[in-house]
Amino acid sequence: MTTATLNPPVPAAAHSSGPMSNLRWLLSDTATLTRRNLLAVTRIPEALFFSTVQPIMFVLLFRYVFGGAIHTDATSYVNYLMPGIFVQTVAFGSVSTSIGLAEDLQKGLIERFRALPMSRGAVLLGRTTADLIRNIFVIVVMTVVGLLVGFRPTTGVISYIGGVLLILFFAYALSWGFAIVGLSAPNSETAQVMSFPLIFPLTFISAAFVPLSSMPSWLRGFATYQPFSVTVSACRSLMVGAASTGTGKSTEFWLWQSLAWTVVLLAVFIPLAIRKYRTRT
Amino acid sequence: MRTPPATGQPIAILAATRRDSNMTNAIEVHDLRKTFKGKREVRALDGVSFAVQEGTVFGLLGPNGSGKTTAVRVLTTILRADSGTATVLGYDVQKKAALVRTLIGLAGQYAAVDENLTGRENLQMVGNLNHLPRDVVAKRAVELLTQFNLSDAGDRPLKTYSGGMRRRLDLAAALVAHPTVLFLDEPTTGLDPQSRNDLWEVIERLVGGGTTVLLTTQYLEEADRLASTLAVIDHGRVIAEGTPESMKADLGATVLEVGLASIDDAARTGTVLDTLGPHAALVNGTLAEVTVDNGPQAAMIALRALDAEGIAPQTFNLREPSLDDVFLSLTGHRSEAEDAAVDDTGDPDSRRRRRKRRTEQLEQALPVATGELA
Repeated sequence: MTTATLNPPVPAAAHSSGPMSNLRWLLSDTATLTRRNLLAVTRIPEALFFSTVQPIMFVLLFRYVFGGAIHTDATSYVNYLMPGIFVQTVAFGSVSTSIGLAEDLQKGLIERFRALPMSRGAVLLGRTTADLIRNIFVIVVMTVVGLLVGFRPTTGVISYIGGVLLILFFAYALSWGFAIVGLSAPNSETAQVMSFPLIFPLTFISAAFVPLSSMPSWLRGFATYQPFSVTVSACRSLMVGAASTGTGKSTEFWLWQSLAWTVVLLAVFIPLAIRKYRTRT
Repeated sequence: MRTPPATGQPIAILAATRRDSNMTNAIEVHDLRKTFKGKREVRALDGVSFAVQEGTVFGLLGPNGSGKTTAVRVLTTILRADSGTATVLGYDVQKKAALVRTLIGLAGQYAAVDENLTGRENLQMVGNLNHLPRDVVAKRAVELLTQFNLSDAGDRPLKTYSGGMRRRLDLAAALVAHPTVLFLDEPTTGLDPQSRNDLWEVIERLVGGGTTVLLTTQYLEEADRLASTLAVIDHGRVIAEGTPESMKADLGATVLEVGLASIDDAARTGTVLDTLGPHAALVNGTLAEVTVDNGPQAAMIALRALDAEGIAPQTFNLREPSLDDVFLSLTGHRSEAEDAAVDDTGDPDSRRRRRKRRTEQLEQALPVATGELA
């Protein structure tokens, strides 16, 4: 058997390497895939409709059905509720990261990507970035819905935007976590089924919908300091004032708690997701 | 894992590409091994070696689970082999993976295109990920849509595409960056005959342009039509190599298949068919079949002999050899792995059901080849 000695034409653009060029391609490929993932969202308007209708139903349910029975001291219940709804919405939305990745795996798209001379990291970055952008849209919609049902932020625009950024940062970390779920699931249906048991306890055993003081003491510790809750409390502090949390803690306290959790989650999830992506055959 | 029985001596057809040292090989694979660990260990590649001459179409023929797709995945840098070497245009697929990716195109059996995008957007996405300049990407998408008869559908989402259109788009996507070596993993599996024929024509045109193609398929007909050299792969091993002509010549031109009323009759018919030619008859439930060189002549002899024995066939078919027949001839066992699991029960009914299912699958896949001739 002979060894072929060929000098095939090598596309100049694809072959240039070096750290700067690698970074450039990573960003360019991430942009390509982000665009692709967002196009998919616009092509399935039903999906976007349902991902906003469901949280709107939660707003109406808690605002008008359960809300009357839930007592909050420092602020109106709708002011108490909306930051919780925001965080719940993006948390539920991050499940779509797992579904999207599982679908790409299932349909063989990731197989195609692996055989292309593209940046390895762009598949996960493109997916999480698209979900981040979708979350911005969802929060804007939910803010409008909140205002319509009586939500009145009290702390000013800058502080409100700070709260939104905090939510987006937290949701971004969750997306990486659900990327791991998506890469572990055999198909998109399973990815969805696997995701909700993870997200449900975090959203409901939390400060999102009811004052922490109403919970039994054995549950209160977890419900107060788990990552989802501290993010809700931080947003609540940033949007309607620290007093509204009813915990006696300051805005800074919750802000640092939330940022610390988010950074820890990112530090754990990103390497795990990358490893899972590399080893998934 | 089931090993071929001793009686099924592989027929050695030497590959011209291996011996001729003057030819340049676009793909060389040497002793490739890959085992998937899991609940059940699967030895997907068990020492595969072959070479593909530049500018030719090489067919890798084998049933589901034979290792074809694993071989393609290793060659396209998607999967790392446990041992052995594989080169594309002289570059090692593991050590020079990034470079190899700029030289190859891959179209898979699952039509890996994005459902939510239009045809044009799919091609542009692949072009961008191939790092082609933006203006080239746009031009190339138009070119390919025209070439693949998708111009009208180019701006429609894929949801509106037929199976054949998706496959064409998938193939177009593999060609965006003008690959020197193209890998087609079961390009027509599951397609209707018309779409399959269309796709074959596209591939033929492509090869005319000098692209080296490695094609995997389950269909002998497809390999016959497209490939100039074939390797038959089974249980992760190459069991025969050669031109389609040499393989078919070896196999016999036609399969004579007789359906009987009872298992008893089938056994007696088997004995009759055995006398026809060089190949041994196979009896499976109430079906008896044999591969023959001259179909009509063999049919007449068989009918006379059956009549003399007082056997009345329920069905009597002449058909072209299928991949199943290639396998039977090369290995002495049927191609389906599941047979191994249930054969032991010895239940003739379950065997008949399997046989029926397999025939149905073949009819779906090869309506021409399994159509009744007699």
